Amino acid sequence: MPEPAPLPDPFARWFATRGWTIHPHQAEMLARATDPALLLIAPTGGGKTLAGFLPSLLELADGSHKGLHTLFVSPLKALAADIRRNLTTPVTEMGLPIRIEDRTGDTSYTTKRRQRADPPHILLTTPESLALLTSYEDAPRIFAGLQRVIVDEIHALAESKRGDQLFLALSRLQTLAPGLRRVGLSATVEDPPALARLLARHPDPCPILQADPGPEPDISMLVTEELPPWSGGGAAHAIPAVLEQVKRHRTTLIFHNTRAQAEIFFHNLWLANDDSLPIGIHHGSLSRDQREAVEAAMVAGNLRAIVCTGSLDLGIDWGDVDLVIQIGAPKNVKRLIQRIGRANHRYNAPSKALLVPANRFEVVECVAALQAARAHDLDGDPRGPGPRDVLCQHILITACAGPFDADTLFAEIRTTGAYADLTRPQFDDCLTFCATGGYALRAYDRWQRLLHRPDGLWQLRDPRAAQRIRMNIGTIQDTDTVKVRMRGSFQHLGEVEEAFAATLTPGDTFLMGGQIVRYESLREMTVEVSRRADKPPKIATFMGTKFATSTQLSAHILQMFRQDDWPDLPRHTADWLALQREVSKLPEADRILIESFPHDGREHACIYGFAGRNAQQTLGLLLTQRMEALGLEPLGFVSTDYATLIWGLQPLTDPAPLFEAENLREGFETWLKGNAVMKRTFRASATIAGLIERNLPQARKSGRQATFSSDILYDTLAKYDPDHLMLQVTREEALRGLVDFGRIEEMIARTRGRVDLVRLTRVTPLAAPLFLEAGKVPVAGEGRERLVAETAARLLQEAGLAP
Amino acid sequence: MNACSFTLGTARLCALPSGALFDAAEGLLCVSDLHLAKSDRVARRQGIMLPPYETVETLDRLASDLTATGARRVICLGDSFDDPAAADSLTGAERDTILRLQAGRDWIWIAGNHDPGPVDLGGSHRAEVIIGGLTYRHETLAGSTNEVSGHYHPKFALPGAGRARPCFVFDAARVILPAYGAYTGGLSAAAPALRHRFGPKAFVILTGRCAILAPLPGV
Repeated sequence: MPEPAPLPDPFARWFATRGWTIHPHQAEMLARATDPALLLIAPTGGGKTLAGFLPSLLELADGSHKGLHTLFVSPLKALAADIRRNLTTPVTEMGLPIRIEDRTGDTSYTTKRRQRADPPHILLTTPESLALLTSYEDAPRIFAGLQRVIVDEIHALAESKRGDQLFLALSRLQTLAPGLRRVGLSATVEDPPALARLLARHPDPCPILQADPGPEPDISMLVTEELPPWSGGGAAHAIPAVLEQVKRHRTTLIFHNTRAQAEIFFHNLWLANDDSLPIGIHHGSLSRDQREAVEAAMVAGNLRAIVCTGSLDLGIDWGDVDLVIQIGAPKNVKRLIQRIGRANHRYNAPSKALLVPANRFEVVECVAALQAARAHDLDGDPRGPGPRDVLCQHILITACAGPFDADTLFAEIRTTGAYADLTRPQFDDCLTFCATGGYALRAYDRWQRLLHRPDGLWQLRDPRAAQRIRMNIGTIQDTDTVKVRMRGSFQHLGEVEEAFAATLTPGDTFLMGGQIVRYESLREMTVEVSRRADKPPKIATFMGTKFATSTQLSAHILQMFRQDDWPDLPRHTADWLALQREVSKLPEADRILIESFPHDGREHACIYGFAGRNAQQTLGLLLTQRMEALGLEPLGFVSTDYATLIWGLQPLTDPAPLFEAENLREGFETWLKGNAVMKRTFRASATIAGLIERNLPQARKSGRQATFSSDILYDTLAKYDPDHLMLQVTREEALRGLVDFGRIEEMIARTRGRVDLVRLTRVTPLAAPLFLEAGKVPVAGEGRERLVAETAARLLQEAGLAP
Repeated sequence: MNACSFTLGTARLCALPSGALFDAAEGLLCVSDLHLAKSDRVARRQGIMLPPYETVETLDRLASDLTATGARRVICLGDSFDDPAAADSLTGAERDTILRLQAGRDWIWIAGNHDPGPVDLGGSHRAEVIIGGLTYRHETLAGSTNEVSGHYHPKFALPGAGRARPCFVFDAARVILPAYGAYTGGLSAAAPALRHRFGPKAFVILTGRCAILAPLPGV
């Protein structure tokens, strides 16, 4: 390691007046400032951000640099704004001639225009805003003097397509600014070299610096007097105990896995908040004004607690957080560790965290997660090669900036770690798709999107198309949402899903930002509400991501099931498991347990695969398809991280043929073509690749037949053009994403066809919670057709309208 | 073939699960809102290249309905083409398919709002036509009776029995056909704009595997 040089003034003086000494990893970042790529792994509160910025501040201190010097990319808008505030303080105190600005989807049009004409020295932005910047014709001028790019929270970005898009944008920037140096800032991860490969220009090396991880966190499970319920994620039983903890600490972050759960919990918390403790709520569906108000109150130290979701997962500096509470099972040990790191930002003080299981099964999962966290047993699956739908969008973005040469673009893309192994035919497929749609049987001759000019360059046929492409930049797949506004004012409260809005009738109430609002009308894609709340709330359905419990954590749980008794578990949960063992059996890692029983006039089969929510969902689709073929008339199913419950008209008596690996795989191939998960995945990929537009130049109207379902596009392609690029991409995506067939393979490998069917007369303790799960999936088949026909006949008869 | 019959005026009509309407007495098959060559219009106007297979798909379905019913007359009830220019973009093979379907049949194109003028294809072009006591026009007229129309792309979901499907809507005075074209969305039959076209006693016939009759709830 090179010897760290002493800090020059005014930096040394500034550190001294604060009584700070430079951390070893900050010094090392300075010493290696000229490296083309560096990855720093440090716990929250380790001065990570400053470590990233110090080299920039030093280089900019003499005021000689003109234009953009450093780009800081963070996954959250709030983070960009927060870091700008935190960075402005030392820059002002040291009197440095450095201009710092942020640029996100929230930045005003005029500011954005000015930033393009006269960029600041340091620009803080998000992957989407950066991609948009690179799409402008003047991108070469904006980025000409760029020296450094800092990718914050790179561990979070690298897990999604937002990261793929960002790293592709970096390849573009590297061409515009050849001297560009890259720095990644990451929380603790299981595989740092994999992250480094994504960050660096391929095949540049990327040294990894590890900061001192600090002391072991102090984590435990919150013990409540009230018993956790059998199902659900509300954790209402824990409200008094959580309030008690909030009182005992200065500032508490209360994390939830979904936005809907956060809303319900916040509502219940307020109902019980007799001392009127100042508590706020923060999640991605709330309006910018609301989020900013909460952030400001938090920074000012005016809040005792924030109920939040993943929108606060990342390193916003909230100052004096001394307790993190996780409501609901963490699903993933790595994310748990990262969330816990949010407590106590002072370096070298242990973080304090409490886990609050929301239901009986989550008690087991929380205890398993605690054991894994203490053992530093982090989980994670490697991501495959860079997805090609993102690549298609990148090609369109490139075309927006001006004519391009295909060979040059291909070479540039291959400098991106995730796309280093992209073949020329794969690239050409994407280019052809962008240019002509890439259809095998029928060509668009006249109306191509990209033209291949006589000089060999590619350009947009219609330059006006650039506006539409820019409006649809990004890889975040939100379902269609509508805005919620208070009637008679312009106060924008937030957003709800369009599908949810469609179920509302005037007078219905729901929770929004912690208050009960009453639905009045839907006008121009805005839900108008009032404050007259005279009904118990329906619950707004927010999309948010549903994470699957990791393979490693599932294995920990199955391991626990083997114990004779469970001294680590609370009594009620241990008793529950013992009862399950008595009336049926507990699932085992090397066998598949199926319980079959009648309930409420329908036959049920509960399959314990412990393959995680997405794979269990796939398993449900596969099994119901085979049951349909066997005439069992399945009607629907629901999945959790550990089991799938199927109901239908006939009992399941012989499960063995259902689970033979060959049958499952073969069924998978034929099934894959026509199922709803594929269609959902197709919709996402086709939107990213530019085949479907999310945003149109004119505001969306709630019009008739304006759009037709993307399912129709999927069906048409599958029928006429089964090898089309979009279907290839959909398949690749589904296999590793929502379909998660890899986890089914893992389940098959560990159980090897050993299936235990237990026939019972009634619901079992372990199966009971599944009846209360949301997200039931109907099966389209003979049983369903029969049901539709019967329903129609009954309605006709009830109306006295026999045909 | 899983169809569903009902009476309009004196005519006995048969709603096919594909979304076509068959009048056996007249040997007449009626389809509405084909929106042929929609992909061409979208590519031209929006620069987005949808899978250009909707024309083939729609004509395939029409061909099998014609074979199954043995219809001698065909009425395309308007919005047969996504716009007049789209009609010109049909490939030779697609035009041949249409000519083959027209051969030996009395073929009537009714004008729609997307295709108000005649197109360069065989058959006659009419604003509306009366056959077998029924008036065929693109968009329903208030106060009319014995009327067959399209335009609204109705769809409907039975409560508790899955997603909305394209559907016929009828009462004693009129029937509105579902959109027959592959790339067409829909409007709920319960939406005021559509529900108000019908009297209190109205029905839907869902399309899909089977045509299924159900009551349409009141306003």
